Amino acid sequence: MKLITATAHAAQSEHPQAIALANDADPRALPLKGVARIDLHFPKFTDGRAFSQAFLLRRRLRFTGEIRAVGDVLIDQLVQMKRSGFDSAVLRTDQNPDFAQRQFDRYPAFYQGDAEQPQPHFAAGAGA
Amino acid sequence: MYQYTAFDRQFVAQRAAQYRDQLERNLAGTLSDDDFRPLRLQNGWYVQRYAPMLRVAVPYGELSSRQLRALARIARDYDQPSAVVYETAQSTQGKLGTTHLPTGYGHFTTRQNVQFNWIPLTRSADVMDLLASVDMHGIQTSGNCIRNITSDERAGIAVDEIVDPRPFCEILRQWSTLHPEFAFLPRKFKIAVSGAREDRAATAWHDVGLYVLRTANGEIGFKVVAGGGMGRTPIIASALREFLPWNQVLNYLEAVVRVYNRWGRRDNAYKARIKILIKAEGQRFVSEVEAEYKDIIGIDGAPHTITQHELDRVAASFVPPALQEPAPLTAIDGALPADPKEALDYSRWLQQNVAPHKNPALRAVTLSFKRLGQAPGDANASQLETAAELADRFSAGEARVTHDQNLLLPWVHAAQLPALWRAARQAGLARANIRLLTDMIACPGGDFCALANARSIPIAAAISERYQDMDELHDLGEIDLHISGCINSCGHHHSGHIGILGVDKDGREWYQVSLGGADGSTLSGAAQAGKVVGPSFGAAEVPDVIEALLDTYRRERQSGETFIATFRRVGMDKFKQAANSVRQTAEAEPA
Repeated sequence: MKLITATAHAAQSEHPQAIALANDADPRALPLKGVARIDLHFPKFTDGRAFSQAFLLRRRLRFTGEIRAVGDVLIDQLVQMKRSGFDSAVLRTDQNPDFAQRQFDRYPAFYQGDAEQPQPHFAAGAGA
Repeated sequence: MYQYTAFDRQFVAQRAAQYRDQLERNLAGTLSDDDFRPLRLQNGWYVQRYAPMLRVAVPYGELSSRQLRALARIARDYDQPSAVVYETAQSTQGKLGTTHLPTGYGHFTTRQNVQFNWIPLTRSADVMDLLASVDMHGIQTSGNCIRNITSDERAGIAVDEIVDPRPFCEILRQWSTLHPEFAFLPRKFKIAVSGAREDRAATAWHDVGLYVLRTANGEIGFKVVAGGGMGRTPIIASALREFLPWNQVLNYLEAVVRVYNRWGRRDNAYKARIKILIKAEGQRFVSEVEAEYKDIIGIDGAPHTITQHELDRVAASFVPPALQEPAPLTAIDGALPADPKEALDYSRWLQQNVAPHKNPALRAVTLSFKRLGQAPGDANASQLETAAELADRFSAGEARVTHDQNLLLPWVHAAQLPALWRAARQAGLARANIRLLTDMIACPGGDFCALANARSIPIAAAISERYQDMDELHDLGEIDLHISGCINSCGHHHSGHIGILGVDKDGREWYQVSLGGADGSTLSGAAQAGKVVGPSFGAAEVPDVIEALLDTYRRERQSGETFIATFRRVGMDKFKQAANSVRQTAEAEPA
C-alpha cells in the first residue's frame, strides 16, 4: 500500500482523472470511464462508510484505478483499508509511517474474504 | 467445544501482539488516548468509573476447565487495583452507601461473556497474552462492530433442539472476526442464534437473530430476524427472511451489515442501531438488502457460501464427549440425602437447577451464582477454580456461561447428581433458585460502570435478602426480575417480568419499575418490552414495591399460574395500585 504525504497529495489535487467521493455517496452511481483515481474520505477514522465504498468499487465494479484514503487516516486502519480495496493512503500529518510496515507484516492471513483475496480462509486453505 | 487450529491459535497470538504494540505506543505518547480508545475497545478494554474494565469473549458461552482456570488466575493476579485507585473508589462509592467493593473476581454477563473490573491498563497486554495461551481474547467485545455471537445455553444438548446451532455460531464468529469492512459500523451489532423450539437466547432482542430450522424434507436453514434491541428505544426484531439456506448465511449477513454500514445514522448514537434504520426505512431496507444479496451472489460470485466440508470440519468439534462411565461413587456421594431438610433442598435443586438432556443418561446442571454477599453473576478466583474442578469431575471439562449470569455444566451423568449437588453445595453454588425470583439479572451498575445512572447491586442485594426463605421463593415460582443501572439496558430490564431501571434525578438514585416484559422463552411468551408502572421510586422503596407486586400476584393467582401469566390475565391496574400504595416519596417533589 502506497503511503502518500499530505504535501504530495496536495500537489496531485489537480489530477484531471481523479475524483473525490463523499462517504455517503453510492459509488455505483458513478461514471467510472476515464477515472484513474478515486479519493474516499474518512471524516473521522471511526466512520467506516468508505470501507464499504472501496469494497464496492474494487470488487463489485471491478474498478482498476487507484483508490486513495484521505482524511482522518491512521496507521492502525491501513491493513483493513488495503483489504477493503484501497491501494494508497494519505496519513494524517501526526502519524509515523515508520510504525506502519509492521502492521502489514503481522497477520499471515484472515478468516473472511475481502477485496484483495475474495475467498475466505476456509475455502482457500480447506480450514487448516 | 470448538478446538482451535494452529491458524486460530496464531491469529489470537498475533492479535495480542498487535494490542501490545498499540498499548506501548499509547503509553509512549505516540498514540493519543482518543485514537487508542476505539482500538482498545475492540479488544474489550473500557475505562470505567475508577479503573479499566476488561470484557473477555466467551463465544456462545462455552468454556473449558482450562479456560476457567485462566480466568481464575486473572481474577487473582490481575484484578487488583492500586491502593490509590481502590481508596478513591471506596470513598466515593461509600458516600452513596456502598460498604464494600469486591476485587479479584470475574463477572458473567447476559451476553455470555466474562468481565473484570480492576485490571490496571499497564498490565492489560500481559492479560491478553495469558488469554491467548488458552485460546481466548477480547476481540470485538466492545466497539461499533459485530460482537460476540450468543446462543442457547443448552445448544447441542437440549431435548427440544432442531439443529445444533454451535457450528454455525463458530462459522459466524470466524467470519466476523476482524472483518475489514465492518470494524467501524454506526453502532454495535449483536447476533444471537437459536436452534431449539424454545428460544433461550432472547434472539428477537438482537440486531440480527437467527433461528435454525429444518423443513419437512430435511433442508436446514435460518429464519432471519433483524432490528431488535433494548436501550432507549426497545424494539423486537422483525423477519427479513422466513427461510434462508444454511450455506448462504454469511453472504446474506454481508448484505445486511453492508446496507447498515452505508445507511445507518451516525449523527446521534441513540439512533444509530440497525433497529432505528429498519424502523425508519421499513420495506426499503429489506429491498436494499435483497438487492445487495443478489449482487453478492450474482456479481461477486457468492464467495462466502459455506461448504459442506467446512461445516463438517467445524461440526466435528461439537460431537458429544465420549461417555465415560462415572467413577465409582462412594456410598455417601451416591446416596440420596437422608436428612429430611437436605432431601427437600436436593429435590428442589433437581427441580430448578437440573434440566433434561438429549442423552437420557445425562443432565444439564446450573451452578447458581445468585447468592447473598455477592452480586449476581460474580465469581471470585477460588469459585472460578471450583467451577473448573466441578467441570472436570462431572462435565467432561466443559461449562457454559448462561444468559442469566450463571454457569451450566452440560455433560453430567444422572447417577452423579447427588455427588455434584454435595460438591456444589459445599462451594455455595447449589442454591435451588434457578429461574426463581433471586436468580435475577443485574448489571454492575453505578458502583463500577461509568455509564450507569444508579447502582444496581444494592437493589439486587436488598431484594435477595428479603426473599431468602426457600419455601416462599418456591411458592412464588418462576419469574424474571431484571435490573439495569441505566437505559443502556445491560441488565435487560425491558425483558423482565419485573424490570427495574436506575435513573438519576438531581444527583439522586431513582428506580423505574416496569412489568410484563418477555425475553421470548416459553415461560415469558413472545418477546416484548415491559410497561412502566408510574413515576420512579426511591431506592429504599424498591424492595417494598417488589413485595407489593408479589403479594398482588399471590392474591390474584389461579392454581398453578405463574407471575407473568397472572399479570397478563389480570392486567396492569391492580399491580400498579399495589406498587403505588407503598410509595412514600414523590419523585417530582424535593426531598
